[in-house]
Amino acid sequence: MTFASITEHFEQALLAVDRVSAQQILQNAIQEFGQTEVIDRVVTTTLEHIGAQWESGQVALSQVYMSGVICEEFITGRVLDHTEEAAEMPPMAIVTFEDYHALGKRIVLSILHAQGLPVKDLGVGIHAEPLIRMVLEQNIKILLISTLMFPSALHIAHVREQLDQAGHAVKIIVGGAPFRFDDQLWQKIGADAMGRTAADAVKLTQQLLEQ
Amino acid sequence: MTSLQRVLTTLGHQEPDRVPMFLMLTMHGAKELGLSIQDYFSRAEYVVEGQLRLRKKYRNDCVVAFLYASIEVEAWGAEIVYAEDGPPNSGEPFLRKPEDGLQLEIPSVKQTPCLAKVLQITKQLKAAVKDETPIIGVVMSPFSLPVMQMGFEAYLRVMYEKPDLFQRLMQINSEFCVQWANAQLEAGATAICYFDPVSSPTIVPRRQYLRTGWEIAQRTIARFQGPTAIHMASGNCLPIVDDLAQTGTAVVGSSYVEDLADVKAACAGRMTVLGNLNGIEMARWSDADAERHVKDAIAKAGRGGGYILSDNHGEIPFQVPDSVLSAISEAVHTWGRYPLDWIDAYDG
Repeated sequence: MTFASITEHFEQALLAVDRVSAQQILQNAIQEFGQTEVIDRVVTTTLEHIGAQWESGQVALSQVYMSGVICEEFITGRVLDHTEEAAEMPPMAIVTFEDYHALGKRIVLSILHAQGLPVKDLGVGIHAEPLIRMVLEQNIKILLISTLMFPSALHIAHVREQLDQAGHAVKIIVGGAPFRFDDQLWQKIGADAMGRTAADAVKLTQQLLEQ
Repeated sequence: MTSLQRVLTTLGHQEPDRVPMFLMLTMHGAKELGLSIQDYFSRAEYVVEGQLRLRKKYRNDCVVAFLYASIEVEAWGAEIVYAEDGPPNSGEPFLRKPEDGLQLEIPSVKQTPCLAKVLQITKQLKAAVKDETPIIGVVMSPFSLPVMQMGFEAYLRVMYEKPDLFQRLMQINSEFCVQWANAQLEAGATAICYFDPVSSPTIVPRRQYLRTGWEIAQRTIARFQGPTAIHMASGNCLPIVDDLAQTGTAVVGSSYVEDLADVKAACAGRMTVLGNLNGIEMARWSDADAERHVKDAIAKAGRGGGYILSDNHGEIPFQVPDSVLSAISEAVHTWGRYPLDWIDAYDG
């Protein structure tokens, strides 16, 4: 089978939330092509494509989430060849800010980890002061902030301001519903970038790593 | 025409005197009374006074007995987190394990203090507005409530992986929803807004919705003793419009991301469209922006009745300034008068 064909079948299985079929497809592909190739060319490619389809309204958020769950279950425990590269990356973290709706963060984390990006999970329902403390204590250099509520999005400006005053250089990427409904909001609150999908989060994180 | 007459006419897919306007204002009453949001919601009298002032100030065609979405899980004992500048939010989900949902006991809709307060508000609003203005009560759908009960991730996994637990939870939530809706109608609510964002194709695919949220909406709404609006709280509705029409709902809320003209065309004659101004962007609108967005919406959906102008989420953010609300109201009163002849020359 070609990678295109494998990816097509894998995506169908994920969108049907057919865990058994999805994992069988990956097992078979790994036997033929090896783990690294399959994770890079099938898993991450498919998750990015599913994310793009959600952006265009062709698939639902529940399908995006369950796809991420199935992929992360498969990847967890496997030694990825990215380990050495990951050790040289600056500290990165993701957080669900001020609320407990962690779905967006979970989806983004799945695809980041699939790409071998060692992003720490700082938790859910985290308010500004504890977040600022964690970022400073852990020397986080790239911070992804997910939030659901419009007032919470506005409070990110305080996080930005306090980190700037502390002299701590950190790139902030934001995402979540409020930013999808106002495409100027991320700039207003002082973020460095805004991701509309999990694939955006990966692309933006990789761009910042290259800078 | 009174506001109620105006709304009933449009619900009958006839053109009233002007396009009705539902400014779904929940927190702005706090500004009117000079109170914090938490203090404002602490007493029924404050909310009633706030709603009546807002109705007069903006010539709103409804009053709203809805306080905040998390009030239902508050009734179940969940933590509520108050903010100075936004709606009270649910804290950590109170069902620490999904299986704890099997032990849930339905809270009393008349004895639980936070719910009793809403009923008191409804009764006092009814005494004040009588039959002039629709009073909108709100319920969370049984299918969407678990997001606050156990968290979104845990709920999706229950929905897809634990069908027995999912069904039992829906039975419990449906019973509560019916009791809560009917208590509000008994107290004087004119209609119930059935908030059901998880049913939106934004969240679950249609085939999943037909097996779950759609069946639940049909059997739950059938037991309501009054009319219903279904609102997806910014989620899409167009791909499931034909399915929504079979739930018995009279009204459907439209998302900003959808073309209002397409939604109106799909609903025409079957359901009234509510929406779809962007509440987040509204916070930075100029007066000219407000007028333009109102004109666009009316041009797309106003003709033939069957349309109520509103925001796309069902709750206008606290950050939206009074000047914008005034501009929206002014624009509706200027451009919303039927027969809307200006639309023929309007190019947006």
